[in-house]
Amino acid sequence: METILNKLRKAAPAAALLLTVAAGTALQGCQKTNGNDATGATASALSSDAASQVYVAPGKHDELYSFLSGGFNGQVSVYGLPSGRLLKIIPVFSQHAENGYGYSEESKAMLQTSHGFVPWDDLHHPKLSRSKGMTDGRWLFVNGNNTPRVARIDLTTFETVEIMELPNSAGNHCSPYPTNNNEYVIAGTRFSVPLDMKGGTGDVSLDSYKDTFRGSISFIKVDQEKGDMDLDFQILVPGFDYDLANGGKGPSEDWVFFTTYNSEKAGTLKEVGASQNDKDYLAAVNWKLAAKYAKEGKAREMPANYYHNKMDKGTHTAKSTVKKKVRYLLPEDCPGLMYLLPAPKSPHGIDVDPSGEFMVVSGKLASAIPVFSFSKMQEAIKNKQFDGEKNGIPVLKYESVLAAEVKEPGLGPLHTEFDGKGNAYTSMFVSSEIVKWKLKDFKVVDRIPVYYSVGHLMIPGGDTKEPYGKYLVAMNKITKDRYLPTGPELAHAAQLIDISGEKMKLLLDFPTVAEPHYAQAIKADLVAPKSVKFHKLDENKHAYVAKKESDASVTRQGNVVRVKMTAIRSHMTPDNIEGVQVGDTVYFHVTNLEQDWDVPHGFAIMGANNAETLIMPGATQTLKWVPKKAGVFPFYCTDFCSALHQEMQGYLRVSPKGSNVPISFSTGKKKAASVALK
Amino acid sequence: MKKQLIQFINRIKTPLKVNAVALVCAALLFSCSSEKKETKEEYNIKEETTTEAPVAAEAPAADEGKGVGPVKSVEVGAEVDQALAATGKSLFEGKCSACHQLSDQKVVGPGLAGVTERRKPEWIMNMVINPEEMTKQDPTAKKLLAEHLTQMTNQNVNEQDARALLEYLRQNDKSKG
Repeated sequence: METILNKLRKAAPAAALLLTVAAGTALQGCQKTNGNDATGATASALSSDAASQVYVAPGKHDELYSFLSGGFNGQVSVYGLPSGRLLKIIPVFSQHAENGYGYSEESKAMLQTSHGFVPWDDLHHPKLSRSKGMTDGRWLFVNGNNTPRVARIDLTTFETVEIMELPNSAGNHCSPYPTNNNEYVIAGTRFSVPLDMKGGTGDVSLDSYKDTFRGSISFIKVDQEKGDMDLDFQILVPGFDYDLANGGKGPSEDWVFFTTYNSEKAGTLKEVGASQNDKDYLAAVNWKLAAKYAKEGKAREMPANYYHNKMDKGTHTAKSTVKKKVRYLLPEDCPGLMYLLPAPKSPHGIDVDPSGEFMVVSGKLASAIPVFSFSKMQEAIKNKQFDGEKNGIPVLKYESVLAAEVKEPGLGPLHTEFDGKGNAYTSMFVSSEIVKWKLKDFKVVDRIPVYYSVGHLMIPGGDTKEPYGKYLVAMNKITKDRYLPTGPELAHAAQLIDISGEKMKLLLDFPTVAEPHYAQAIKADLVAPKSVKFHKLDENKHAYVAKKESDASVTRQGNVVRVKMTAIRSHMTPDNIEGVQVGDTVYFHVTNLEQDWDVPHGFAIMGANNAETLIMPGATQTLKWVPKKAGVFPFYCTDFCSALHQEMQGYLRVSPKGSNVPISFSTGKKKAASVALK
Repeated sequence: MKKQLIQFINRIKTPLKVNAVALVCAALLFSCSSEKKETKEEYNIKEETTTEAPVAAEAPAADEGKGVGPVKSVEVGAEVDQALAATGKSLFEGKCSACHQLSDQKVVGPGLAGVTERRKPEWIMNMVINPEEMTKQDPTAKKLLAEHLTQMTNQNVNEQDARALLEYLRQNDKSKG
C-alpha cells in the first residue's frame, strides 16, 4: 500500500493526494471515529458519511440557492447547497459570452458609465433584499468595486435589471447594504478622493491628502414594489478608507455601521502608513435620522455626472439616463447623525448579531475580536462619554461601548456570521481556520481548519434576524493542492461545513468561478415558485418584435437594414435574404416565438464581430452586423433546439455597394392555402 | 460483496490511473465497515425509486381516441361558430402557423387539412395544450413524433384558446372543396 502510494505520488502529486483522501477514508471507516488523528488535513477533517450529507440524487433539487460573487470576473455564480453544484452564472458588470449580455444591442446600455462603456469590473458583495429583517427572495444587490456601481438582479429571471453608477466614490467596497425593509441600499467608498464639488475629483497635489480627500456614503432609495433604485443623497465623511458595512436589526435597526482603516490619512505606502494607529474606527450612522435630515432640507446639492441603466421588462431593452446632480449631507451639520467607535487595528469585517445588540469588529491586525454593545453605545451617547472628535464627529470612549473582547481567537480575523443559536463564527485569514465562539461568554468553543486563507464565510441568513444555522460556507483565497493542477491559477475553493452540531464538520470542497468574495443563500422554496419560465410573447413590447411569422420583414432606411426575424423549432423566418450591400449596418432583431420553458434559440452570422446572440422564449434580441465583403453568408441557430436543429439555418446575400439587387426575403415555398386562410 | 465493490468502483471511476489503488482502499473500507456500506446502498436505492417517474399513468385514453390531457369531453355544434373561429384564426397565426399549414403540406409539423375528420375534438385540444405528454403517452401522437421528429412546441395555450383553435380548424375543414 505504501509503495503504490509513493509510486503514484512521484508520477502525479495531485492524484496521490486524492489517494490519501481515499486512504484516509478507509482508515476512518475502520476506526469508526471522526478522526482527530494527524494523518493529513483532509482525512482528519472529513467525516466518513460526509458524501451522503451533500449527495443530491439525480432529478432532486438542492435545498438552498447560494449566490457567490466572483470578485474579479464581475459576475455572480449560483450554487446549489448542499451539493455545491453550479446552477448558473449571472453576468452583472461583465460581458458574458454565454448569453450575449453586454454584446447584444439591448444590453449594451447596462455597461455604460460616465467613463464610457466599461465591460469588466470587480464584484464583491451580494446582498439579498429584505422584508422585516429577513431575506424575501425578490432581488439581489451587488457592488462594482472599480468603477463604482450598484446593481440589482431580479430573482424571478436571475438577470441583471438595473445598474447605477455612484458619483464621489472610488473603490465601492463597503457596499451594498440593504436596510431591514429595503428602504435604502447603502454604499460606502473604500478610497477617499479629493472632490472638486463640481462632479469630479480635483486636480490636486497628492501631498494634500490630509486636507483635501473625503469619503462618501451613498443612500440609494429602493422602490418597495418594483425595486427600482434612486440615489437619494450622500453623506460626505472624513478622508479615511471605508472598508465594510453592515446594518443593525431589532433595537439597532435604525443604524448602519462601517469599518474604517487609514484613520492616519496616509496617501502613500498604505500598508505601513495606514497601520500606524493602534485603533481605527467603526463609524456608526443613524440612517433614519440621515434620511430625515435630507428630507427636511439639510441636504445641499452639487453637480454630478453618473449613469443609471435600467432593463425594461416589456421591451427587453436597457436604457441609460445621465444624472447631473447629487444631494449631500455633512455630518458636522447634522448632530446625532454619526459617531466613531475606536476599533483595533485596521478593522475589516463588521457584523451585527441576530439580536441586534452586538457589533462584532474583526481587526485584521488585531489580536482580539472586539464586540461592541449597542445598548452601551446608546448610554455612552446619552452620557456624552466622548474621547474628542474627528472632523466634528464625536469619538466614543472605547471602554464605554465595549461588551467584551474575544481573546486569542486565531490569526487575522476577517468576518463573522451567526447561526441563530447563540454562536458566532469568525474566519481567520492568516491561520486558515473558522473559529466558533459563544455570544454568551465570548469564549472560543470550536475551530476547524480550512484550505487555505479564508476570506468571507457565509451562513444562509447569517446576517438576518433568524439565521438558518445548518451550513457554513468558507470562501478561500488559495487552493493549492486541493484539486488537480490546472496552471498557475487554480479554481478558488469554497468549503461546505456542517454547523448543526456542537463540532463543525467539513462536508465538501467545490471549485468556484473567479475569486469568491461574499455570498448569500436562501431557501430554494422562497425563490423557485416565482421563477419566470418564459417571457409572454403577448407582452413583448420590443420596438422591432415580430410576434408571428407574417410579421417578419427586411427593410432598408438609408444604409441601415433591419431584419425582423422569427425563430421557432426548427427554422428561421426569413431564411433567404437578398439586397444587403457591403458597408450596410444590418440589425437582426430576432424574436423567439417559443412559449415553452428552456427552449432559447441562438443566432449567429459568419463574420459578425459580436459573433452571436441568445434569445429566451418570447423575447427579442438584436445582433448588429456590418458586412465587409460581397458574397453569401450563412446564419444559423447556435443553441441546440430539436432533432432538426442543424437545419435551422439560412443564407444572406451581400452585393457590392451601390448594386441594384432589391431587398427581398422569403422562407420556403408554400402550397395554395385553403379557404380559411383568405 | 463483490457486486457492491464493482458498484463502488464504477461510481468513483476517473480517467486517472488510480483505480488499482482506489480498489485497495475501497476493499479496506468494505472489509471493515460493511455495515455502513449497506446503509449507503439502501439510501441510493431509496433515492432512485423516488426519482421522478414520468407522470403517473392516467387511464390510457387512447382507446377512446381522446388523447391525454385536461380535456375530457367537448361539445361541438353542427355549424361552425364563426366568432369563435375568428378568435382561433388570430391565435393560429401567432402560435401555430410557423409550423403548420392549413393545407395538406407538411412544414415542420403535419398539414392540418382534414384534421378534424381524422381526430376527435378532445384529442386535438389535448395535443394543443399538452404536447409533451401526448407524444410520450398517446399512441397516435407518438407515431406523429416518429414521423416528423420535432417535438411539438408547447405554446402555452389555455383550454379556452384551444377550443377556439379547434373551431378554426373545423371551419377550415368544412370550407374546403
